[in-house]
Amino acid sequence: MTFVRTIATAMLLSVFASLANAEPIKIGEINSYTRLPAFTEPYKKGWQLALEEINASGGINGRSVEIISRDDAGKPGNAVKIAEELIRRDNVVMLTGTFFSHIGLAVSDFAKQNKVMFLASEPLTDALVWSKGNDYTFRLRPSTYMQAAMLAAEAAKTDAVKWATVAPNYAYGKDAVAAFKQVLTKLKPEVKFVDEQWPALFKIDAGVTVRALEKSKPDAIYNVTFGPDLGSFVREGTVRGLFKDRTVVSLLTGEPEYLEPLKDEAPKGWIVTGYPWYAIDTPEHNAFRKAYEARWNESLKMGSMVGYNMMLSVAAVLKEAKSTDTNALIAAMKGLTHDTPMEPITYRDADHQATMGSWVGKTDVIDGKGQMTNWRFIDGASVLPSPEDAKAMRPKG
Amino acid sequence: MAFYFAQFLTGLASASSLFLVAAGLSIIFGVTRIVNFAHGSLFMLGAFIAYSVSQHTSFWLAVTMAAIAVGTIGWCMERGVLRKLYAAPELFQLVATFGLVLIIQDAALWIWGPMDLLGPRAPGLEGVVRIFGEPIPEYDLFLITIGLVVLAATWWTFKRTRFGILVRAATEDPEMLQALGVKPSTLFQATFFIGAALAGLGGALELPRQPANLMMDLNIIAEVFVVVVIGGMGSIIGAFLAALLISQLNAFGILIFPEITLVAAFAAMAVVLIFKPYGLMGKLSIATPNAVEIAPPMTFGRIGSFAGVSLMIVLVALPFFAPSFVVVLLSDIFIFALFAAGLHYMMGTGGLISFGHAAFFGLGAYGAALVVKGFGVSMPMALVAAPVLAGFGAIIIGWFTIRLSGVYLAMLTLAAAQILWSTAIQWQSITGGDDGILGIWPSTWATDTTAFYYLALALCSTTICALIYLSLGQHGLLLRATRDAAPRAAALGINVKARQWLAIIIAGVSAGLAGGIFVFSKGSVFPDVLAIPNSVDALVMVLLGGLHAPVGPIIGAGVFALLEDGLSRLPYWRALLGITIVIVAIYAPNGLAGVFSKLRVLRTKST
Repeated sequence: MTFVRTIATAMLLSVFASLANAEPIKIGEINSYTRLPAFTEPYKKGWQLALEEINASGGINGRSVEIISRDDAGKPGNAVKIAEELIRRDNVVMLTGTFFSHIGLAVSDFAKQNKVMFLASEPLTDALVWSKGNDYTFRLRPSTYMQAAMLAAEAAKTDAVKWATVAPNYAYGKDAVAAFKQVLTKLKPEVKFVDEQWPALFKIDAGVTVRALEKSKPDAIYNVTFGPDLGSFVREGTVRGLFKDRTVVSLLTGEPEYLEPLKDEAPKGWIVTGYPWYAIDTPEHNAFRKAYEARWNESLKMGSMVGYNMMLSVAAVLKEAKSTDTNALIAAMKGLTHDTPMEPITYRDADHQATMGSWVGKTDVIDGKGQMTNWRFIDGASVLPSPEDAKAMRPKG
Repeated sequence: MAFYFAQFLTGLASASSLFLVAAGLSIIFGVTRIVNFAHGSLFMLGAFIAYSVSQHTSFWLAVTMAAIAVGTIGWCMERGVLRKLYAAPELFQLVATFGLVLIIQDAALWIWGPMDLLGPRAPGLEGVVRIFGEPIPEYDLFLITIGLVVLAATWWTFKRTRFGILVRAATEDPEMLQALGVKPSTLFQATFFIGAALAGLGGALELPRQPANLMMDLNIIAEVFVVVVIGGMGSIIGAFLAALLISQLNAFGILIFPEITLVAAFAAMAVVLIFKPYGLMGKLSIATPNAVEIAPPMTFGRIGSFAGVSLMIVLVALPFFAPSFVVVLLSDIFIFALFAAGLHYMMGTGGLISFGHAAFFGLGAYGAALVVKGFGVSMPMALVAAPVLAGFGAIIIGWFTIRLSGVYLAMLTLAAAQILWSTAIQWQSITGGDDGILGIWPSTWATDTTAFYYLALALCSTTICALIYLSLGQHGLLLRATRDAAPRAAALGINVKARQWLAIIIAGVSAGLAGGIFVFSKGSVFPDVLAIPNSVDALVMVLLGGLHAPVGPIIGAGVFALLEDGLSRLPYWRALLGITIVIVAIYAPNGLAGVFSKLRVLRTKST
């Protein structure tokens, strides 16, 4: 009987809750806060900062914005369950968030089935907007293809011909290797890929992986591992001399959440995508940096920027749509342009991908800290396929 | 040649660090018969503590202090929690240690924060030695040495010292030892200290190889379980051989099949267990397994039937006035209840403990998803395929597992689930790997939440009623006989093994059906459904509800779902869930159903 009573109480509470909170616009946010806190915690601080700024300046169309944020613990099954709760119980007007690519894809599929808009802020897999793209899903961060294309352009300038790759064995890793191979082979047809290593995500056995790569005697290595896998890989690779006299191209390694933990052991001379927040000097970025440091008393991470931009996108689309109806939101999101602490970004009508760019540079150790040097900003639009080509990659209908 | 020798040494170094952790687990199991799930957490704590200490002093001192500190934590765990559970069935110990895993995870997040912490390199061992021209890190050679030293030291301690002899005596017959004037509890504490300290040492020594991070605990524990199962539970030499086998398999396997490193270890385990069910060096302990309290036959009674019928009426009427999220939550609870009911049947009535019930749930889930994706069949056909496939899985897994009993059987079920889990992750062309299978939505007539609710209610309640009917009926009584007095049951002409096998198949079929319905409620399936936490969830539900009450799984699933739903919005909710689990395991061994009936007995007495 307790059981029935609990259900009844839960129902009553929710009725009251929905009456009391009719005012704010509710957004559902799902992320892997306990599975990859290194990225998602700064991300949360980023969107919280933007949310506070938005609500302090009067909200959207006279209504305040509320984010209901939930942890999926890194499990796609959880994420889908939470998505269901968010739209049914909390009556959120749209979904956003997710970090891991497979979770992003799962929520995207859910959004399509349940006809609710989903702004994927972090997952990078190309499938999200191309081969498995759908009307309801948009993506903010530069995709694996975009970042791999930036790196491949740099890689093509080196003398390296024989390449080996190492990537985590799931959607993101597979896409990242495929995209890099595709772009590099196009730019430099003589390259050969001599070995591929696919350690399971966050379960790398770095010593043997390094040796397996060494065995193929490549000229250059393309690395996609991140998080704790990266630390092990760098250590074991350095001590075994794997990176000596070799070009290393590495996705995301310049992001402070992955580079900073390596301290003075951060690799030198790797060509990476990342975020040199310490060296960017534009008025927009300086203002963002000042506000973030004042609010949280800590330095910026890539996650902070993504979280902040996600919230700006949400605010912009709500303002543009002037409604919380899903169809109106989707219509407003297509072609939406807004300012960010970086360059302004646009969500492309053709494939729902934002034109957010990234920084490409070389790693170095400065004052005992891993940093990016010789970096430059590359606009996302410049590395995306044409709208026609992108549209052709999406499922019909 | 030089390359392969170097690869062998690299594998040997990994084997060494794996062995340290596995040896600790094996020692603790050998003496206390406790399968310590939190052993991976102790390993993680070792790494974190060593990191913190190494910021202020030398690396070597940090390693030593971490080992001592983690040993002390293990000692506290024994005193605070596990001591209260020695007499309880294995289920309670496992579930309680899993509660500790959750608590330690959140504690580590709270203390050390979310970032990965890259520790120092080992001073004096930063370089490489050239062996046949190949660079071998000095630290690897050091690890290999440490592994051999620990192997020799533990072997010597347990074979040659008075302490070791007493510990072995305590393992064989604690009561006799007590009668001779030795307190087994002191020995158990010492063992826990040593086992935990070894895990801490393993974690601390891992620091120069990988950053201390919050995923170390569950990553290592699955591997360590494989090692102790292959080696033979309780055997130190076995653990060493198994660690060697697994690491070398990985070191050389990666050169040929870089994509299936996980499966290789579990496949090796399957092969070993076919020929040596107790592992390479393991033998059946003569100590009697923890006595399962002989519970009176389960009854349902008139009150039960009345409550059941009323509950059904309420559930049928509910969608007419409840909001849609309650309808969805209840559909989930039905699925969980069915999942738990199968486990409850084999565990409560049959006394067959499973740590790997997720295997059947996952088989059903993947079975349903694959027939939809592969053959384009409709939902009803997929819901037939799910229990059928799970049933076939249960026939095979059952055949392996019923050869053993007690905690050995439980570990074998865990092994089976792990094999399926690693297959699901790495057989990407079929299962989609970590990316799962998406887009498995119900037929159009059942997409509406209310329609799906009735479908789930109909299928789950019918199957659960059938399971209750089976437990209360003749089959259940025969199964109970095999649980409580197997030799006598055999003497009476009951085919004990066949009854047990059948019980596992019935449990498998029902869990498979639950998995099938689950896929359509979520629209997708991922390897998580086969992972250890899913098996533990089932155990927790059965434990919460009560092992010996027919309605146990229903109450357990309902309370568990509401608990998780309520807690998961709070910060540090995993620790809260962990604390709840530990408290229930210690203080409410008969679950909530037990608490209710105790209250009822008290009330009847007072009137």
